[in-house]
Amino acid sequence: MQKIEQLIKEKARDLLAAGQVTRVIAWQKGEMSYDNAPAYFGSPEKLDALVYDAFCASNLSKYLIANTKKDEKTAVFLKPCDTYSLNQLIKDRRVKREQVLVIGIPCAGMVDINKVKAQGVKGIIGITEDGDDLTVETAYGTKQVPRAEVLLKKCLACKGSAYAVSDETIGEPQAVKHAPYDRFADVKKLESLSPQERFAFWQEELSKCIRCNACRDICPACSCEQCIFDNPDSPLAGKSNSNSAEEQLFHIIRAYHVAGRCTDCGECSRVCPQGIRLDLLNRKFIKDINEFYGDYQAGADADTNAPLLSFDVEDVEPGAATKGRE
Amino acid sequence: MLKIEKKRWPELFGRLAAIGKLYAPVSEDNKTDFALWQEGTEVDLKTTITAKSLKNIFFPQIENLLDFERQGQKLSLEQRQLPAEKTIAFGVRACDLASFNLLDKVFLKEPVDHFYQARRENCTLIGLACSEPEETCFCRTFGIEPTAPAADVAAWLVGDDLFWRPETTKGEELTAAIEDLFTEAPDGAEIVAEQQAQVQALLDKMPLAGFALSDEECNKQAEIFESEVWGELSKTCLGCGTCTYVCPTCHCYDIRDYEVNDKVERYRCWDSCMFSDFTNMAGGNPRTTRLARFRQRYMHKLVYFPANNEGAYACVGCGRCLQKCPVSLNIVKVAKALGVTKNV
Amino acid sequence: MCDCHSKDTLIPQIAVITAIRQDTGDVKTFRVEKPEGGRCFDYLPGQCAIISLPGCGEAIFSITSSPTNKDYLEFSIKRCGQLTDYLHEVEPGQEIAVRGPYGNNFPVETALKQQNLLFIAGGIGLAPLHSVIDYALANRSNYGKIDVVYGARSKGDFVDYEELTKGWPESAATNVHLTIDRAEEGWNGNVGFVPQYLKELGFSTDKTVLVCGPPIMIKLTLAALQEMGFSKEQVYTTMEMKMKCGIGKCGRCNIGSKYVCKDGPVFRCDELDELPDEY
Repeated sequence: MQKIEQLIKEKARDLLAAGQVTRVIAWQKGEMSYDNAPAYFGSPEKLDALVYDAFCASNLSKYLIANTKKDEKTAVFLKPCDTYSLNQLIKDRRVKREQVLVIGIPCAGMVDINKVKAQGVKGIIGITEDGDDLTVETAYGTKQVPRAEVLLKKCLACKGSAYAVSDETIGEPQAVKHAPYDRFADVKKLESLSPQERFAFWQEELSKCIRCNACRDICPACSCEQCIFDNPDSPLAGKSNSNSAEEQLFHIIRAYHVAGRCTDCGECSRVCPQGIRLDLLNRKFIKDINEFYGDYQAGADADTNAPLLSFDVEDVEPGAATKGRE
Repeated sequence: MLKIEKKRWPELFGRLAAIGKLYAPVSEDNKTDFALWQEGTEVDLKTTITAKSLKNIFFPQIENLLDFERQGQKLSLEQRQLPAEKTIAFGVRACDLASFNLLDKVFLKEPVDHFYQARRENCTLIGLACSEPEETCFCRTFGIEPTAPAADVAAWLVGDDLFWRPETTKGEELTAAIEDLFTEAPDGAEIVAEQQAQVQALLDKMPLAGFALSDEECNKQAEIFESEVWGELSKTCLGCGTCTYVCPTCHCYDIRDYEVNDKVERYRCWDSCMFSDFTNMAGGNPRTTRLARFRQRYMHKLVYFPANNEGAYACVGCGRCLQKCPVSLNIVKVAKALGVTKNV
Repeated sequence: MCDCHSKDTLIPQIAVITAIRQDTGDVKTFRVEKPEGGRCFDYLPGQCAIISLPGCGEAIFSITSSPTNKDYLEFSIKRCGQLTDYLHEVEPGQEIAVRGPYGNNFPVETALKQQNLLFIAGGIGLAPLHSVIDYALANRSNYGKIDVVYGARSKGDFVDYEELTKGWPESAATNVHLTIDRAEEGWNGNVGFVPQYLKELGFSTDKTVLVCGPPIMIKLTLAALQEMGFSKEQVYTTMEMKMKCGIGKCGRCNIGSKYVCKDGPVFRCDELDELPDEY
């Protein structure tokens, strides 16, 4: 990983020094050893703070939307999963392809610091990568943690090391090492419940929501200039988080809005401060789309029309989605 | 000093719950938050910091203020009853306890907010000293002592014993009502002092140990406002509002009407200065950019609030913003970038 | 212990609109009384009240009438948003909810006493100053010369033309200078923007100035006053921000460390200099 970081820094330095791009988007070191933050680098001097390690989960593609209004070129370093989101943004016409220089970077899976902490780790002073392990130095002692045990949930469903879009790439492709994982396993469990049980599950799950909007604001598929939930003429105020009226349906409405364009990048579940299982909602929609219209991965390319945005005579008839209504 | 051993804790909670509605930290799906205790609920005393702050107990996310009824041109209104039920919050950390004092400066300043005041007065706080601080903790930066929670009752968890010491009249009254559960602990003070020293040593090793704010620098309102650093800092902020909602000292609220035919409920709900429409009025919006809103939040916490409250910063170092921000922005990063820190 | 029936300041009282006067195309003046008759509450000039029609939410308005009027409150309100749209559609007899008074007041009993007063207003900006002018005229011997410079888009945009041309000028040592933006038929008065007119009138600097109007007008007027030799300590103005609670708790209306609802809306211009330029 350190070698890749070095190559990224060099690439960024070259691009900025040559004036090929106005800025570079990557990650920079945080306060703790695991809170790297997305960052803009506008000059070679700032690059010392650039970092690329096991804690660079942020999907950087959405930051390119702001760029589209300016007439400048931006370079962005994207992990394979993030490139799908960028392709989708290009398809949605939210990002101009010619304004972006995409550099694909390999990824062996990002670490979930909460999973590390769930192993009883506290008072983290430093984390270093040691082959397939993480050495966590804490105020309470040192601990070795196998990387495969603390990967982010979204990394368990890695789409593979191929880049959906890239102008250049760095380093050799890497694979995420983990036990076999079916990303629809929990969705199937939900599907096997009775409608009443499912309703009770979602009532409980969605009641944890504090309406902070982190999921919406980080989602690359959510790019409306004015979100429908930010409507000043609406009598409903999402921030009131009341459990009557529309507030409960925020997540379901949002899932519908991004259906067919969600690339399953997993950012929404990762950033939710309340740990709500948003992945279940979006993956249910993906599973249904796969079943009704054939396997479809949003963002795999920049020109295929999404199944929900195109009509074919062979399309499934309305009423096909009746499972669970018996 | 009193103490009560682990096997009697369920009894303790049951007795407390009989006196008032008991809120305690409960772990579910690897996340700990304060929840209403019921028979059989397992209380989590290991997790140091809850996901959400406890400000909900005095300043709920939604509070109905009054009800209107319309009849043609006529109106009638009725204020909602002030909350009157007794509550007990068990296991509150020193940072959250300190945050209540900061919220008091807002809600109990004239004119007093009666809804907040009623909830505050009806609650007995049982504080729990921290025994295993996290790397995101920096309460000491604000003069808060994590091993000496300032509550109605202070409690320390050492091994399988919970040491207990009433600190206020409310705390003494509560203790008297359940004193049969406790045993005297003549060596309690000594045991607690030992844990306190250990915790200090642990905190000294953590990354934020030396983080301190300079009162002098934070006084320079105009200079900090004009800083060029805001542009860079705010660029990656999503404006989502997570920080304001998990923060124990954020207190912005909205007042809105919810109408169903001729009945209208007027309620108060949390709002966030990070939301784009926060300062939007018919005549325009003074903060139309992410930068302006981001700057406002941190100016409020580091400069404006202290200016209006004898130097008290609107932060207790709980570290929730460090843990929950989707893009790893937080008050430590901002303070350092602005150059308002000092070396200790 | 708490008094569970104590009235919280966020709880309004029911009042009734007893009269509505159309002043201009988009400004109406509403007379508000208690349902059983009488004035809702006492206050000082410059203070505001929060009015609401349930279902429409609340908004803050400066009280136009002077507190020397003990019978009712008056509000001159411009139609420019959700609540004001609704207000402009109602008929006399409509009950509303009102709470107040909020904010600080013009220092009519202290700093302004025995001063020559120069009031400068633009459009609906006359409303908060209206209260002070009527107060001063009702306590005439407490104040020196009074000059009112008032500019509007057109003749039809002057709020309460009768009072401007008959009522006030008939008071002792009180002059009213009107100006409109563009020449129109039937207008023989001054044509031009307020800051320019101000300089043309050439006032001496032995006055305390009170300015109120759209932000751009205030900015240019302050510049003109400085040019004329007035110091910032001599000039008062009112600020406007989005407000909800009115009591400095909801965190919304601040300019720097000052809450406009509580530390304002009246500010002296040297105080404004210390605040960030975010309004």
